Amino acid sequence: MLYREAGDFKTSYVADNQTFPIKFDRYGYYFILGFAFLVMPLIINDYWANSIVVPFLIYAIAALGLNILIGYCGQLSLGTGAFMACGAYGSYKLMTAFPDLNIVIVIIMAGFITAGVGVLFGLPSLRIKGFYLAVATLAAQFFLIWLFTRTAWFYNYSPTGMISAPTRELFGVPVTGPRASAVSMYMLCLVFTVATAWLARNLTRGSLGRQWMAIRDMDIAAEIIGVNPLMAKLTAFAVSSFFVGISGALLFTVYLGAAEAGEAFGIEKSFLVLFMVIIGGLGSIFGAFAGAAFLIIGPVLLKLLLVNGLGWPTDLAAHLEIMIIGALILVFLILEPHGIAALWRTIKEKLRLWPFPY
Amino acid sequence: MSDTLLFAMEATLNGLTAGVMYALVALGFVLIFKASGIFNFAQGVMALFAALTLVGFQSGQIPFSHLINAMFGTRLHHFGWNMPTLLAIPATVLVMILLAILVERYILKHLVNQEPIILFMATIGLAYFLEGVGDIMWGAEVKALDVGLPKGMSGAVDDTTFAWFGYGFYIDRLEIWAAGIAALLVAALTVFSQYTKQGRALRAVADDHQAALSVGISLRFIWVLTWSIAGIVALVAGIMWGSKSGVQFSLSLIALKALPVLILGGFTSIPGAIIGGLIIGVGEKLFDFFMSPIIGGATENWFAYMLALVFLLFRPQGLFGERIIERV
Repeated sequence: MLYREAGDFKTSYVADNQTFPIKFDRYGYYFILGFAFLVMPLIINDYWANSIVVPFLIYAIAALGLNILIGYCGQLSLGTGAFMACGAYGSYKLMTAFPDLNIVIVIIMAGFITAGVGVLFGLPSLRIKGFYLAVATLAAQFFLIWLFTRTAWFYNYSPTGMISAPTRELFGVPVTGPRASAVSMYMLCLVFTVATAWLARNLTRGSLGRQWMAIRDMDIAAEIIGVNPLMAKLTAFAVSSFFVGISGALLFTVYLGAAEAGEAFGIEKSFLVLFMVIIGGLGSIFGAFAGAAFLIIGPVLLKLLLVNGLGWPTDLAAHLEIMIIGALILVFLILEPHGIAALWRTIKEKLRLWPFPY
Repeated sequence: MSDTLLFAMEATLNGLTAGVMYALVALGFVLIFKASGIFNFAQGVMALFAALTLVGFQSGQIPFSHLINAMFGTRLHHFGWNMPTLLAIPATVLVMILLAILVERYILKHLVNQEPIILFMATIGLAYFLEGVGDIMWGAEVKALDVGLPKGMSGAVDDTTFAWFGYGFYIDRLEIWAAGIAALLVAALTVFSQYTKQGRALRAVADDHQAALSVGISLRFIWVLTWSIAGIVALVAGIMWGSKSGVQFSLSLIALKALPVLILGGFTSIPGAIIGGLIIGVGEKLFDFFMSPIIGGATENWFAYMLALVFLLFRPQGLFGERIIERV
């Protein structure tokens, strides 16, 4: 009753093959896009932008990237934090070296730089897999962070070792630096999120995506049916790092404004993004968004409830948060290994038949 | 004898003792991996949790006092007595066994036959959960741990080396003790797995789950047993690291230090864990000693990983690991 596809006839292959073949889904998608682009800029304020919406959009990009690597290609990576740092430091160096360069180009180029680094650290994946690879990516995590904190060139020899984003304008509106308004920050992140999600969705639907999934499901069999494992794995690393790099660049330039590699991009960031992917759902674009939303909004709600509502000390709330996140990971892995995305799919199945059970 | 050589020798010796400390953590990984094929990321947090519990028992802290205080507005902190170390250690062992039972019942049982990568991620979740529980139970502030092990510079080593080379080496007495305890632990584990019935069952399970099940070995009991032993090893590692640098959050990060040790030594070999630990410990100290004037200090953070990474490319199974064979 609530959700039906009967009477939704397709008369061409193109119509059958589109991203959202069901009319209800499609209109829902248009509605969300319209709301995000037209209504949100009018109602957004600093608090909402800074505590929920902007970090959600930025982490959604990172989760999309990691989901391509883990969910679609089956290569576990624990180096996400370092790749985000790559994006951040790449964008910082570009912004300071070429002050006239458009900020959008800077962020995209930071993504490409990270893609290069990602491929470099993805090379061992040709010989090793599973948690051996996880350890190899941990090498990337520790080495890159060490490099960024020790080599003064990366932070332009600033005495504090911090990098801080200078103000850059887009259409005459400052989008980075201290003068940027909530709306401009939000719009920049939104454009990037929609673009990367669109890219990810179409890449995973195409031949490249099918190659990744073949490698994930059984790499030896994939090789036999003609998938080149070298190409498939390295493209997965490249695309994934590209996304993660963009998210790191946005996190630094738009959201944080100033960062220090060890603090902002430590191994906790890697785990945070990994948890978003697990809780949201491995191998699903919607899952990346759901996971990011869950892990951004959840702690905010918990803090509101415990610290502001019940007046508990902050450190206790923080420990409870860690505990709850850990427990949630376990619960999701045991009960629903495919995450929130699979829950959503089940709900849709039920609604399709409602009010009759079968 | 030149000064550089002397300093390098001291660095090597320090590396050896540091390596033993890494090996202690790596041992716990190897045990669980051997018996269940699970790569237990939570081993470091288990060491932290064990050390926290030990300190808590010793000082008579009330578990969850912070939470209780926050919920009911009370001011509970201590029971008002101090437990002797000899009683506190068995009590902590009991807690670790209880933890093993809970982990088996509520996590492992439901994840049988899942892919190793899912199990690995589950242990990451367990690590977070346990860290949160430990902090809530005993408080997150840095605590000093004293179980009566000697600390400070070893006079004997200093005097001997001074007599030989005219330059006294600095070795922490605690680390010499740690080396001795690690040797004892390995000996005990070897005797246990070679000469007892449960040890044989353990090896059977490690070899082939299905075959072990079909000859009547209870997989669930074996899992509880391995996690309990791993918990005890974690307690030993926690005592050593805790006595050295205090019981605090960073203790859980030694697990990350043990990963490259495993890659080097092989995931399934107990001697491999020890030798891998020694190689990493010595390599780290020597690399830092020779390279830090050139590329800057604090290379310890990543050297072990890069070494492991390079090593992986040539010998993925590690020095003593079993060959990875894949058939289609």
